[in-house]
Amino acid sequence: MTTISSASAAFTGRDPGNRLYGPVPDVTEQAGYVEEHPKRVGFFTDTSVCIGCKACEVACKEWNTLPMDDSHGVRDAIGLSGMSFDNTGQLGANSWRHVAFIEQSRTVDLPMPTFGRPGDDRHDHGPSVAGSGDHDSLATAQQSSVLNAEALSEFDPQTGQSGADKQVRWLMSSDVCKHCTHAGCLDVCPTGALFRTEFGTVVVQGDICNGCGYCVASCPYGVIDQRKGDGRVFKCTMCYDRLTDGLMPACATACPTQSIQFGDLDELQARADARLATLQGQGVETARLYGRDESDGVGGVGAFFLLLDEPEVYGLPPDPIVTTRDLPAMWKAAGKAAAMMVGVAMTAILGSRRS
Amino acid sequence: MPGLGASFGRGGATNFLEDLANSDCIVIEGSNMAECHPVGFQWVGEAKARGAKIVHIDPRFTRTSAIADLHVPLRIGTDIAFLGGLINYVLTNELYFKEYVAAYTNAAALVGEEFVDSEDLDGLFSGFDPEHRVYDESSWQYEPEEPPHSGSDHPEEAAQQESAEQHPDVKKSDRAQAAGSGGPPIAAKPKRDETLQHPRSVFQILKRHYARYTPEMVSEVCGVEPEVFEQVAKWVTENSNRDRTTAWVYSVGWTQHSVGAQYIRTCSILQALLGNIGRPGGGIMALRGHASIQGSTDVPTLFNLLPGYLPMPHALQHQSLDQYVADAAGKAGFWGNKRNYMVSLLKAWWGEHATAENDFCFDYLPKIDGDHSSYQTIAAMIRGEVSGYFLVGENPGVGHPNSRMNRFGLANLDWLVVRDLQMIESATFWKEGPEHETGELAPESIGTEVFFMPAATHVEKDGTFTQTQRVLQWRDKAVEPPDDARSDLWFYFHLGRILRERLAGSDDPRDRPLLDLTWDYPTHGETQDPDASSVLREINGTGPDGRALSSYLQMKDDGSTTGGCWIYCGVYADEVNQARRRKPGKEQGPVASEWGWAWPLNRRMLYNRASADPDGKPWSERKKYVWWDEDAGEWTGLDIPDFEKNKRPDYVPPDGAKAQDALAGNDPFVMQGDGKAWLFAPAGVVDGPLPTHYEPLESVVENGLYKQQANPTVEKIDGPWNRANPARSDVFPFQVTTYRLTEHHTAGGMSRTLPYLAELQPEFFVEVSPELAKLRGLANNEYATLVSARTAVEAKVLVTERMRPIRLRDGTVVHQIGMPYHWSYAGISTGDAANDLLGIVMDPNTHIQESKVSSCDIIAGRRPRGPELLEFVEGYRQRAGVESGKVGLNGRDPVAAEAGEGSNL
Repeated sequence: MTTISSASAAFTGRDPGNRLYGPVPDVTEQAGYVEEHPKRVGFFTDTSVCIGCKACEVACKEWNTLPMDDSHGVRDAIGLSGMSFDNTGQLGANSWRHVAFIEQSRTVDLPMPTFGRPGDDRHDHGPSVAGSGDHDSLATAQQSSVLNAEALSEFDPQTGQSGADKQVRWLMSSDVCKHCTHAGCLDVCPTGALFRTEFGTVVVQGDICNGCGYCVASCPYGVIDQRKGDGRVFKCTMCYDRLTDGLMPACATACPTQSIQFGDLDELQARADARLATLQGQGVETARLYGRDESDGVGGVGAFFLLLDEPEVYGLPPDPIVTTRDLPAMWKAAGKAAAMMVGVAMTAILGSRRS
Repeated sequence: MPGLGASFGRGGATNFLEDLANSDCIVIEGSNMAECHPVGFQWVGEAKARGAKIVHIDPRFTRTSAIADLHVPLRIGTDIAFLGGLINYVLTNELYFKEYVAAYTNAAALVGEEFVDSEDLDGLFSGFDPEHRVYDESSWQYEPEEPPHSGSDHPEEAAQQESAEQHPDVKKSDRAQAAGSGGPPIAAKPKRDETLQHPRSVFQILKRHYARYTPEMVSEVCGVEPEVFEQVAKWVTENSNRDRTTAWVYSVGWTQHSVGAQYIRTCSILQALLGNIGRPGGGIMALRGHASIQGSTDVPTLFNLLPGYLPMPHALQHQSLDQYVADAAGKAGFWGNKRNYMVSLLKAWWGEHATAENDFCFDYLPKIDGDHSSYQTIAAMIRGEVSGYFLVGENPGVGHPNSRMNRFGLANLDWLVVRDLQMIESATFWKEGPEHETGELAPESIGTEVFFMPAATHVEKDGTFTQTQRVLQWRDKAVEPPDDARSDLWFYFHLGRILRERLAGSDDPRDRPLLDLTWDYPTHGETQDPDASSVLREINGTGPDGRALSSYLQMKDDGSTTGGCWIYCGVYADEVNQARRRKPGKEQGPVASEWGWAWPLNRRMLYNRASADPDGKPWSERKKYVWWDEDAGEWTGLDIPDFEKNKRPDYVPPDGAKAQDALAGNDPFVMQGDGKAWLFAPAGVVDGPLPTHYEPLESVVENGLYKQQANPTVEKIDGPWNRANPARSDVFPFQVTTYRLTEHHTAGGMSRTLPYLAELQPEFFVEVSPELAKLRGLANNEYATLVSARTAVEAKVLVTERMRPIRLRDGTVVHQIGMPYHWSYAGISTGDAANDLLGIVMDPNTHIQESKVSSCDIIAGRRPRGPELLEFVEGYRQRAGVESGKVGLNGRDPVAAEAGEGSNL
């Protein structure tokens, strides 16, 4: 196994194999698995069918024996968060899956029969999401268009807020480490605790991690985290131990609705593209893939998502960029500065000698 | 499940979960399926992916609503009005499945002249006895056909039994639940008018009964806009015909009401009118709330049932086996074989000791003499009438409504055995809990001796679960239970063994039932665990040759066969544990008949004869399921036919035919006395032959349809510890509903102690709308106090748009509070017990409490502590005009307690 040092590319100021940035056809091979290696695997998390059951969170904790919030596993630091049904808060050293719950409501101009679901608000300029694009959805659209706005305005509870003209949607999404093509955490790890596996995933080795925490700052998603009372960092391994035994990761195994799908990344990408097309065909114009694009700031990710709203809504960065992207340029600039300083110093020394 | 039992003949889900994938429209009502049945919900997802409409009708916008095409928020407790509206819509617009209704329902049956509908008596049916608040059902009977094609072998005795049936004490023992497998007995088949035009035909009675349930009325009562109602009606009716089917899904959101059984009856009527019963993608999916709840009614833990829904004999009614079976003997339908089932059961229990000469030991069975249901028993404990109690996987101190009253009950026992995985509150109530703070309970004065017996979990023992769709699934023990933990089977077997050893040699006749029991299961292992498969084999039953039976049709009444639960007969067919089969679905058809075993006789979809037309041909190619194969002379298809295999579709019963032979070839509801689905229930439902909208007991709204505000036959328990909030009270102006979360397990015994689950929902909370929050000054994630005539509890507040006030047509705004009930003081995730807030009033059919709707007040801040809490709640009672709720020490009557005695109320 060849060791790839990010510094080597940086030092030259060039990045010929897209080692730090840009699309990589075979990240596993790039990581040095030059012989036969398994295909890159990943997660496709389809949030449009997530029911927020949190089985993924529990299965993950069970399999990986993760403690509660402290390293002793006896204290729940957050308590009731007051944020919908999300009492996990965010990904962390002890939560490698996190289901976000986002409640949205809006008053619409056109009267709607009742609360909708994702995409329903597109009734006025598209077929109903509820339908499969057949006559039914047309009927639905007509149905909603004949509703009497005046009658609905009568429906005015004492606060004047709720009513038939209000829509609620409740987004649920199971977040996880993205297993980036360009993983900032892996790039900056000084001990080699973080490594790229033969499956193309990124894993921390707890027995090597020295707790320096560089990786924490380098993750554009804020995923990797130090465990309080322990100091070392932890994150999703995509159940590396299960993969080597031919098993699926615990979360995907537990998911009852196939919101979390595990498999070869290229297959998942094809499946996701098809799912997106279906949803958009049904009028869910807000649907989009996140992390699917190999030309994004992290070269695409191994764990990507189908979202029903802007990434920020789910607490995801809209345009993540690997923190080491600018290393070559930074090294160049630093090199120039160093050279200049050396020059200044030399001048000074030489000058003083002269004097 | 009398709702389904009285309608179709069996009290179980008519279809199976996987079959939901075949639905064209799924209405989930009275269920939060995604949260409470997340695994089964995948089939709803599958149906949706195939283009089905998903409608969720629920007061709250839940995780189920989030996935549905349409969420219909309705006022809590108004489902009969909504469903009645749909029935009226279907009838008025002639959208019912005409051939199906004419052939397979009792629409054509004539009802006797004495019957008077609730439309004519302002909410009461004929036969009401206001003194005992029960109905005499005799005026609801069919007009019998003449001459009778089938009838009782002993008409006089049957008539005597039927009159005994109407005795209030017998009524109270809840005969309705016996319709779990086998429709309620009827005197004879009815006279029919095939044109459906006769004014006393069920069809015309139905039309008149629901004529006032218009979309406008639905809007007025349920708070559902007519446009939304019509959207649902359109989707449902467009997807109910020869080519398409609609499924209805419910669970405890329907059963936990004072008219719960009637909710299910209303849905049964609608689905029968739409021709959705017995057909793929149709049916009524009754989701059971808990692992093996179906099993615990099949082989019952209920006071009034024996295995297989045979009624428990009643002391006033059943002095002999002949009397016991008189109501069924000779009748049409499979219930006509009641004697075979009963004798086989007695033979399974008492073996060689049960002989024809001694009535097969019928006298050994205990007889009931009234209502001994769970909550009545708790009240009897407080009165000092119960000495001992077994709690097995039950935590009444948290999980029962009015948990405080339940704790008082436990505090007045002599002994209590608790078998559980954790040290639950019902085992520690004597030393900690809310009443110790208030001074109502004091450890030194509680005489209850508590024996805590650690139980093995499901992976630590062999056995079966019978899940929501009647499938028995065997599981092998994976690991030995730790330390002293033992299986329930171990516990009861060895308890029985020790008792029998103690009594050995006794010549006291009262010890014979115990000493004569067949109690010879092989045991194995260090702990002498009994062999669970030998118990399953005994349940299955054996024939004269000692070999396992393969069908209950083989059961005899001469003592030559045995069978511990006739509906389970076949689970050990061919001496093979059929419940242990695990052939993956992908290696067989979608019906997956070789995965586990379903009662009855491994039929996965009940009444599937109805998937074919009266001639035996599929209604359509798209919905074909079971059909008649003329060449082979048998019924065939994707499932095992729920019909006699070789009975021709054109079979007409000859005069004098009995039992199944009295059913015609186009009578798909084989457990019913007339072979039909019952739109009108002449028997089997104690609070009316047709569902009628009543307000919940603690409704904040007046009944818009009838003068009769609430169910006239509702079951109540009076006492200072169970005060009711008056209906339409200004003091308790809000409705509150209880429910579960995915993250926790019922009363929390299996989740509040587990870090991974506890941290996901770490505290007791209530959900309120922004409007109510503003009205009462409640802040998100701050405390609020909820008050009822029982007590006050505090909870964190989640303010959410998912809860919304319901505005009725007359301008009334009804605020609804959501309150999950998992918490109490023990474990990692703690809080007040939501059930402390609730009172106990019950559905008279099932004795199930109305925990889905009660009333309360809500104010910002934490509740008072200690004795101040008692004064605080008493103040509320006084303002609401409710009698005092103050109790003496340990919940006893104040006067008696002061005298230093137990209660003698």
